[in-house]
Amino acid sequence: MQQRVDFHSRIEQALGNPQLKASLRSAMDGLMANRKACFPDADALEALRLRGAQIRANALSKLPQLLLQLEQRCTQNGIRVHWAESVDEANGIVLGIMREHQAELLIKGKSMVSEEMDLNRFLEAQGIECLESDLGEYILQLAGEPPSHIVAPAIHKTRQDIARLFKEKFPDIPYSDDVDTLTRNARGILRKKFYAASAGLSGVNFAVAESGTLCLVENEGNGRMCTTVPPVHIAVTGIEKVVEKLAHVPPLLKLLTRSATGQHITTYFNMISGPRRTGEKDGPKEVHLVLLDNGRSRIYEDNELVNTLRCIRCGACMNHCPIYTRIGGHAYGTTIPGPIGSILEPQKAGLDNLGELPVASTLCGACAEVCPVRIPIPTLLNRLRYERIRSDHDGATHGQGSGRTRKEAAIWKAWSWLHRSPVRYRLALTLATRLRKILPLGLGPWTRVRKPPRIAAKNLHRRAREEGFNDR
Amino acid sequence: MTDKARDAILQRLRNRQPGFDTPSQRVAIETPSWPMEARIAQFKSMLESVRAEVHVVEPENWTDCLKTLVAEKQINNLLYAKQGPLAEAIEAAWGDTLLPELVCDERPVDEWKEEIFFQTDAAVTSARAAIAETGSLVLWPDAFEPRTWSLVPPVHFVIVDGEKLYNTFAEVVEAEQWARQMPTNALLVSGPSKSADIQQTLAYGVHGPTELIVILKASS
Repeated sequence: MQQRVDFHSRIEQALGNPQLKASLRSAMDGLMANRKACFPDADALEALRLRGAQIRANALSKLPQLLLQLEQRCTQNGIRVHWAESVDEANGIVLGIMREHQAELLIKGKSMVSEEMDLNRFLEAQGIECLESDLGEYILQLAGEPPSHIVAPAIHKTRQDIARLFKEKFPDIPYSDDVDTLTRNARGILRKKFYAASAGLSGVNFAVAESGTLCLVENEGNGRMCTTVPPVHIAVTGIEKVVEKLAHVPPLLKLLTRSATGQHITTYFNMISGPRRTGEKDGPKEVHLVLLDNGRSRIYEDNELVNTLRCIRCGACMNHCPIYTRIGGHAYGTTIPGPIGSILEPQKAGLDNLGELPVASTLCGACAEVCPVRIPIPTLLNRLRYERIRSDHDGATHGQGSGRTRKEAAIWKAWSWLHRSPVRYRLALTLATRLRKILPLGLGPWTRVRKPPRIAAKNLHRRAREEGFNDR
Repeated sequence: MTDKARDAILQRLRNRQPGFDTPSQRVAIETPSWPMEARIAQFKSMLESVRAEVHVVEPENWTDCLKTLVAEKQINNLLYAKQGPLAEAIEAAWGDTLLPELVCDERPVDEWKEEIFFQTDAAVTSARAAIAETGSLVLWPDAFEPRTWSLVPPVHFVIVDGEKLYNTFAEVVEAEQWARQMPTNALLVSGPSKSADIQQTLAYGVHGPTELIVILKASS
């Protein structure tokens, strides 16, 4: 219940913030236009999406074997592989590595899994400084806010907001709201940190089983810095990110960057297959890979919901979502917002916690149309709505049946009873037309902002009969 | 802890019943295949669209091009690999005292981190190959041309052989059989470092090089 109240109040708050609405609208319009320009040929796009879906579905269908192969290849390459069932275990593993090296500063590239782990707060409580180095994430860390978009984390902030934030945090640097100057200032501040950090952390976009390669997509060079300069590199990823072959990477990369921001490719595509080898002059001396489950293996149990795990985190579904565009990422209150978040997060946290999210959708289908790996998001949203009210306790999703109310169940039972018999149905309709003046017409939230529909004096059957249509 | 977790996770994954809805239609992905001239044009226009410089020169003239560029950009020192594939040509071409100082430090980068981070203006490295479709350079840093050289100095010059210009990423992965021989770090570099994290406005030179200058050797 707490969640429901929070979600609704966050939505109200977002809708009441005209500046947020304007920045989201223009940002999403830009991202949609860029994506469209990158895929000029509709048939080629469909072929590529199908290929993407096949590659991801293939990897999921062999997930246990591929994870073992990934572990074996990584180990051969000198990468140390760790497995974590929960966020707590994953945090513990990272802490253990940091302690082993007496490392006091962890510099981070962009990683949604580390957000899922709430790693910064955990390590800081242990006296270890965590510093975000992706420009957007760095800005948010200064502001003490979580990201509001998975690809463009600070999309809700204007450059004036950011300029004021920099002035407040770095009073010695002259105020400027010029984007190039702000970027240059951040470069100067963070460069010293890259230089000093004793460990670097990154996410993983694709983990290639056949070669034990961790792929990282980025534009700024901070991902390369975090994985190259500090003596220890820790990569954290969900167990679903594995792909079978290196040859599967180019089509996924093409889909990812074009769907995400409409770039043909990002500035850097980093493929890491091991720590520094003898004779090499740089690169980390140790590379660790943390494989996190945190509910993914439960999602994996269901033949339909498993498609949630195909996601390559491009964010196109949120860019095209009419709900996301109006309320922004923070309103969802989850690590991953938007349509993909609304199917992923309730499955992880349980429908009893986040069961409202699948309901917060118009089911317009834009997300499924643009998804580069063809996840049928609206179908899965519907499925979760069903899971939330079903009462047979058959299935793997946590919090099943938690949204079921007696009143709603009774209404639908009555509806079904009425519609099963023509006599009952007609009787009910006739009754409704007779009692139309006194029937309550409030239909919950729908009629709070709309005029309730009036029941006609004569039903369709009767009017048709009067017009001379034969009823038989 | 991790072994227990590993077994539990794998066990749960193995417990599921097969029955995947894997799309099985055959997909024909059209891949571009340009003749060399068009390939070079594509490569150049893609890189230039992200504010990289591309100079296409006759193979024997690349050091002249490099010399002109370092002078124009008023670079004080240029990092190069003394034992790398470009060394002989660079050393032969230099000699002129007006050119920036050539520097090379063959110690592990940890031992001269401060110099490369705060005192090095530019680096020149070779590229293993290039990709026309996306305007990308393929770098496999090694003991002679380490990873940080193409990352830390503000200006990066890359010399690439036109004969190694492939159409697509997929093509280079397959033709060179990468899966069998991945290095510790393989990279695609497709422009200078950039970000649009502040109000969707593109800014260059965030953490990596602010300028990427490509010299493509191709005979006309």
